[in-house]
Amino acid sequence: MKRTAIVGCGQTDHNGNRFDVTGIELIHEAVSRALADAELTIEDIDGVVIGNMDHFEGINGVELWSISGNGGILKPTIKLTTGGTTGSTLAIGGYHLTASGLFNKLLVIGWEKNSESDTTGAITTAFDPVWDRLVFAGAISGLAVEASAYMKKFGVTEKDAARAVIRDRKHAVKNPHAHLRREVTIEEVLRAPLLSDPIKALDICPRTDGACAVIFANEDYAEKICPKPAWISGAANRHPYAYLGDVDWYPLKSLALASQELYAKLGIKEPLKEINLMELYTPYSFANLSWIEALGLAKPGEGAKLIWDGVTDAGGALPINLSGGVLSTNPIGATGLIRAAECAHQIMGRAGERQAQGVKKALSTGFGGCFWSDILIYGSEKPS
Amino acid sequence: MNEILTHPSRIKVPYTWSAGEALSRFFKALRDEQKILGSRCLKCRKVYVPPKKTCGTCFVECSEWLEVGPSGTLVSFSQASYPSPAHRVLKPLFGLIRLEGSDTSFLHMLGETNLQSLKIGVKVLPVFAEKRTGSILDIAYFKVVS
Repeated sequence: MKRTAIVGCGQTDHNGNRFDVTGIELIHEAVSRALADAELTIEDIDGVVIGNMDHFEGINGVELWSISGNGGILKPTIKLTTGGTTGSTLAIGGYHLTASGLFNKLLVIGWEKNSESDTTGAITTAFDPVWDRLVFAGAISGLAVEASAYMKKFGVTEKDAARAVIRDRKHAVKNPHAHLRREVTIEEVLRAPLLSDPIKALDICPRTDGACAVIFANEDYAEKICPKPAWISGAANRHPYAYLGDVDWYPLKSLALASQELYAKLGIKEPLKEINLMELYTPYSFANLSWIEALGLAKPGEGAKLIWDGVTDAGGALPINLSGGVLSTNPIGATGLIRAAECAHQIMGRAGERQAQGVKKALSTGFGGCFWSDILIYGSEKPS
Repeated sequence: MNEILTHPSRIKVPYTWSAGEALSRFFKALRDEQKILGSRCLKCRKVYVPPKKTCGTCFVECSEWLEVGPSGTLVSFSQASYPSPAHRVLKPLFGLIRLEGSDTSFLHMLGETNLQSLKIGVKVLPVFAEKRTGSILDIAYFKVVS
């Protein structure tokens, strides 16, 4: 196995409506920026992996349809799709394919144009047609149940969750790629229209049009391409269940197990102290509290304290979602990959106004519809 | 005997797709000027009709725009003999047309003709629709001129 790194990233300027471009043109925008970031041309790339969720755009076979924009003409080109985790699966796929040594310089693309269809209608098609689809499908219902169970178990409040929203939205102001770049107050979050109790409009991610491209290179090429590559330390994932009725509502078991596996592998004992930055796929406010408990950053029920104390704010001991996170930007097939790109750019020192100081270890996650989780850890040091 | 039950349902999802930068310009030229536009790759110089924003092979912009045709050469043709709700006329004739100045072939319908009198290599001209809306049907069909 070869050590492998991220050597270049590109994102579109994400927006609620990119009707000015087709999906192909949107993809090309991100790919061009990633190639420019890595100072490579498409001739240097030896394979393309692309992903999104077919039903959002109603286009199957996106790897074929978008070929003039994705750079895959006459190269090995494949598609990966795993629902909400598509973007993080793409990052893990990029890691596996370059680490195997079968590919040296791989272009990985995640994208979505949510404006072209009905997001919830499309998400519904990912659920079992005979069972969950009729009663429990879509993005919000399962999360509302998870939040209610969490509040009841630990006495966590809607105000606690709102504090996590204002963190992400404040961070987004410094990210030129973010979709929602206006700060919000706790009062605004609490007064926002109710969607599914206790989730209100500002507690949940937007639907976004956007694309992200990331270039992976293995140890034979990484340092020649990038002065400070973001090395992949490891990746793990867990898929827990088939029907929503089978879910254990606390903790997020898939994330707890995936992170425990990776911490053990990398010898991480105190993630709060040992990791410098996290980009978490937290698609709604309460996830920013309870899922950091699953990640081992706080004891059960104590995630909110970490958020209120500012530990995860910009300038805090462990800044989380300096990009503005998923609550500010959510082009679904790109969302998990944006987390990887943000971690990589922070390690490379290319994060612009949102740059944190001295990032040596970063962690990103992905989350998918049926409560499954992906996790990747990145390092500034070449793995031994 | 085991009885296996089925669960009938249906999926109905609305879509609105952007035509994007290149095709919007192409459709507007059809609608407003009755002109057919192509875009040229800045590297390999290939002219795409319908136009592309980027050349997939060279991965550079096709930012040089030009008018092609209106006359073209019939590269291939066929007739759909069986009726289909997708057809606008009964037994439509389809032609693959290489417009003058283009390096790609363009699929459209042929009119004012019949299967027996068509030949590969004949010259064709577009007949524009009277009511144009900014779609490929702003060209009603192509007719044979030689």
